[in-house]
Amino acid sequence: MNGFNVAEFNAGLHYATPEIFLGLAACAILLLDLVLDDSRRSWTGVLATVALLVTAVLSAVQPVGPRVVALGGLFELDRMAQALKVVTLITVAVVFVYSTDYLKRRAILKGEYYVLGLFATLGAMALISAANLITLYLGLELLSLCLYAMVAFDRDSGIAAESAIKYFVLGSMASGTLLYGMSIVYGVTGHLDLASIAMVIRSGYAANIGLLFGIAFIIVGVGFKLGAVPFHMWIPDVYEGSPTCVTVFIGTASKLAAFALAMRLLPEALGASQPDWSQMLVVLAVLSMVIGNVVAIAQTNIKRMLAYSTISHIGYILLGILAGTPQGYQAAMFYMISYVIVASGAFGVVLLLARQGFESDKLVDFKGLNARSPWFAGMMAILMFSLAGVPPFIGFWAKLGVVQAVLGVSYTWLAVVAVLFSVVGAFFYLRVVKLMYFDDPTDSTQIGGSTLMRTVLSLNALAAFVLGVVPGSLIALCQHVLP
Amino acid sequence: MNDHLLSILIWLPIIGGFVVLGLGNDRAPAARWVSLVVSLATLAFSIPLYTSFNTGTADMQFVEHTSWIPSIHADFNIGVDGISMPLILLTTFTTVLIVIASWQNVAKRISQYFAAFLILEGLMIGVFAALDAALFYVFWEAMLLPMFIIIGIWGGPRRVYATIKFFLYTFIGSLLMLVALIYMYLKSGTYEIALFQGMPLTLREQTFIFLAFFTAFAVKVPMWPVHTWLPDAHVEAPTGGSVVLAAIMLKMGGYGFLRFSLPITPDASRELDWLIITFSLIAVVYIGFVALVQRDMKKLIAYSSIAHMGIVTLGAFIGFQIVAHTGKTSGVEFGLDGAVVQMLSHGLVSSAMFLCVGVMYDRVHSREISAYGGVVNTMPKFAAFMVLFALANIGVPGTSGFVGEFLVILASFKANVWYAFLAGTTLVLGAAYTLWLVKRVIFGDIANDHVRELTDLNGREFLVLGLLAVAVVLVGVWPAPILDAMRVTTQHLAQQILVSKIVP
Repeated sequence: MNGFNVAEFNAGLHYATPEIFLGLAACAILLLDLVLDDSRRSWTGVLATVALLVTAVLSAVQPVGPRVVALGGLFELDRMAQALKVVTLITVAVVFVYSTDYLKRRAILKGEYYVLGLFATLGAMALISAANLITLYLGLELLSLCLYAMVAFDRDSGIAAESAIKYFVLGSMASGTLLYGMSIVYGVTGHLDLASIAMVIRSGYAANIGLLFGIAFIIVGVGFKLGAVPFHMWIPDVYEGSPTCVTVFIGTASKLAAFALAMRLLPEALGASQPDWSQMLVVLAVLSMVIGNVVAIAQTNIKRMLAYSTISHIGYILLGILAGTPQGYQAAMFYMISYVIVASGAFGVVLLLARQGFESDKLVDFKGLNARSPWFAGMMAILMFSLAGVPPFIGFWAKLGVVQAVLGVSYTWLAVVAVLFSVVGAFFYLRVVKLMYFDDPTDSTQIGGSTLMRTVLSLNALAAFVLGVVPGSLIALCQHVLP
Repeated sequence: MNDHLLSILIWLPIIGGFVVLGLGNDRAPAARWVSLVVSLATLAFSIPLYTSFNTGTADMQFVEHTSWIPSIHADFNIGVDGISMPLILLTTFTTVLIVIASWQNVAKRISQYFAAFLILEGLMIGVFAALDAALFYVFWEAMLLPMFIIIGIWGGPRRVYATIKFFLYTFIGSLLMLVALIYMYLKSGTYEIALFQGMPLTLREQTFIFLAFFTAFAVKVPMWPVHTWLPDAHVEAPTGGSVVLAAIMLKMGGYGFLRFSLPITPDASRELDWLIITFSLIAVVYIGFVALVQRDMKKLIAYSSIAHMGIVTLGAFIGFQIVAHTGKTSGVEFGLDGAVVQMLSHGLVSSAMFLCVGVMYDRVHSREISAYGGVVNTMPKFAAFMVLFALANIGVPGTSGFVGEFLVILASFKANVWYAFLAGTTLVLGAAYTLWLVKRVIFGDIANDHVRELTDLNGREFLVLGLLAVAVVLVGVWPAPILDAMRVTTQHLAQQILVSKIVP
């Protein structure tokens, strides 16, 4: 790394405009929340959502070339970063819209939820744009610490506190492991900055035994953040124990950040060691697909079921990354984005059904939804079929892409394992459809939710359908940002 | 208009289905009439497919080719040849019958019921028309969703078990086909089926691809030993669902063998023809015996469907044995012609049989054979239809069932007398189980009180069964129009499968 130069630092500041804006907005909203009384608390949510959308616009209009490094080599802006940031920001905005009703009905509508969410998003953005191991770690910790606090946010709930502790302890261990791996990589290559690490490894360090150790630790850390088996233990408990509006945050925005973490560390910094980490990822991917899909069958709680479903989908995303080809990375990114769209919709429906004092997170709570609300039963059916990977929904193209990627590098057996376990997965998604359509309702309460939430949720689910019929633009976007 | 005929045929029912869905379940009469209009309009649009069809070429006709997903080179590429055109006509005709037959019989969620059938119709036409493998696969899988819903909502007591079994069985087969399709895409850089057919492949590649296709299509046909989903699905499905399953969905398997397995992997088909022929003959003989002992009418017809579809797969693959035993290629197209005609005929006959069971079920609410007896005394008109369809199911000359079975047995004879002998048992066994069914249900003395109270066909039922009777007899007496339409296509296919694709 070159010496630090103030003038150069200042000249690059404009590349980080969205991050700077979001950081300032989060501080402003935190202060503003102090002066709002409880009757006008929902303004915090509105402002936070607006701040996210403005940041998304700021991020989207940035002119982006192939890759710019700024801020003394700590920050980089490339097309992947831009695309992931915009998707993350929009996802968090949608999550905030879904959360407001839920928080109100639980009487835990506090400004801190939104402020923590904004800071977590800022962490995710820093991680996505990291050009240096330090920024990467900093972003990750900002994101994780906010998430730990958000899980424990409903302070009277014992199970939430338990989940938060579990998440915190395991998460800190994973961060430690990751940091240890990073320090070994630094020790071997003498660099913190991703591009220099890549250069040193390419110049003949790929077979270095110390580096292999470092990679193994990094894989453990990344595997934990993504939630790949065998580092998945925290996912079901945290998903089930957290307030649902936090679960959806962890299930979507933080997964996008974890994906960026994997992309920055593995292909970008350790690209020359691809054969090594690829083999490790094969094990994680197969285990995730097998355990995730099989164990999900036994679940009776939809949040737990979706947790195991996440684990299995992470397995499929890893297939794209381990292929180590541009097609593989594009497929993994397409999978990640489509998964985020579908998962936010599915959790959105769970949030919609939740009422005062009734979580509606059991599978049986979905019984006869078609009789109560044909529209939202239809939306949930779209999302479930999409998760199962049935055409013409978006999940199908995601699976097609990753299977194509592994077949492209002649991992035929892996492709066969992937499709066979998606049949196992289809079973428990179909069970939700079965409950909604084939069973009679046990509960005839009117479906709640504000008009805004219903509209956004419908658009979200319809996106899974429309992008399934014409997936061309999203596939093209992924090809454009990861050439 | 002919330029966009196939698009109209695909999208009109799908859009119509969503309109019906939008009407809501409270407006049942509107839902019925809109469905009828949409299905009739689709039937009307499908007629030019036949009248403007050029029987002199094996090329695809009514082709539409537009870009769909440029980033993975998948196109919206549709067209028909002599094999798919009659199957599309069968689909549009059957859907009209189902709409009329289901007019009063559905008790709940009427608009969702009709919408499911209309959407299903569009998707099934899409399967037959698709010339792009990605498009084909999307229609092929999407088709499962309405059927899943149809069996699951309006089915019998064990409907959930049956529908999940149906879905998972067909899903697992299809996914292996998907892997094979992607493999060929990566090799050729396109999803166009015609290019897959011309692409050279080693025997090893062909064998894997053949087996992947085999799992997909064998489950759909269904061939013994992966047939067990069918009796369950048929028994639990509502009448309309059974009709679509038997008349059209099973044909997708046979169609897949003719469109994918044979032309894309001809060498593997030749090497592994024993597999298909053995399974087909087992289906004909063993499943024929199984049908004999059924007590449930729908189950009996379901097993009879499996046996009849055995004739289809036998006809498709017997050509390799003809060449192997005689060294000549004459007769290969008999088997292929027979397979297609048998598919069409079975589509008509099995839907008629299921509709007949539906007519009785609506009155008595039992599918047990023992619950009936002497129906002819109270329902003479119905009995006449039922006997006609039973004769067609046996394959009596003059009915549609005869033509296909005759052609396939003829082709088997050219290959080896023993194939013909075993295939010929279908005539004996078919006669045994069908006539015994008719004897126990229709004839004899009135055995039950509720049979004494039966009323004969109403006008609507008479119309549906009458239309089917006309079609069955017409195809049986005068099959020439259908045979002419597909002759060039099957001849082309016969040549295609006898040319090795292995590059020396």
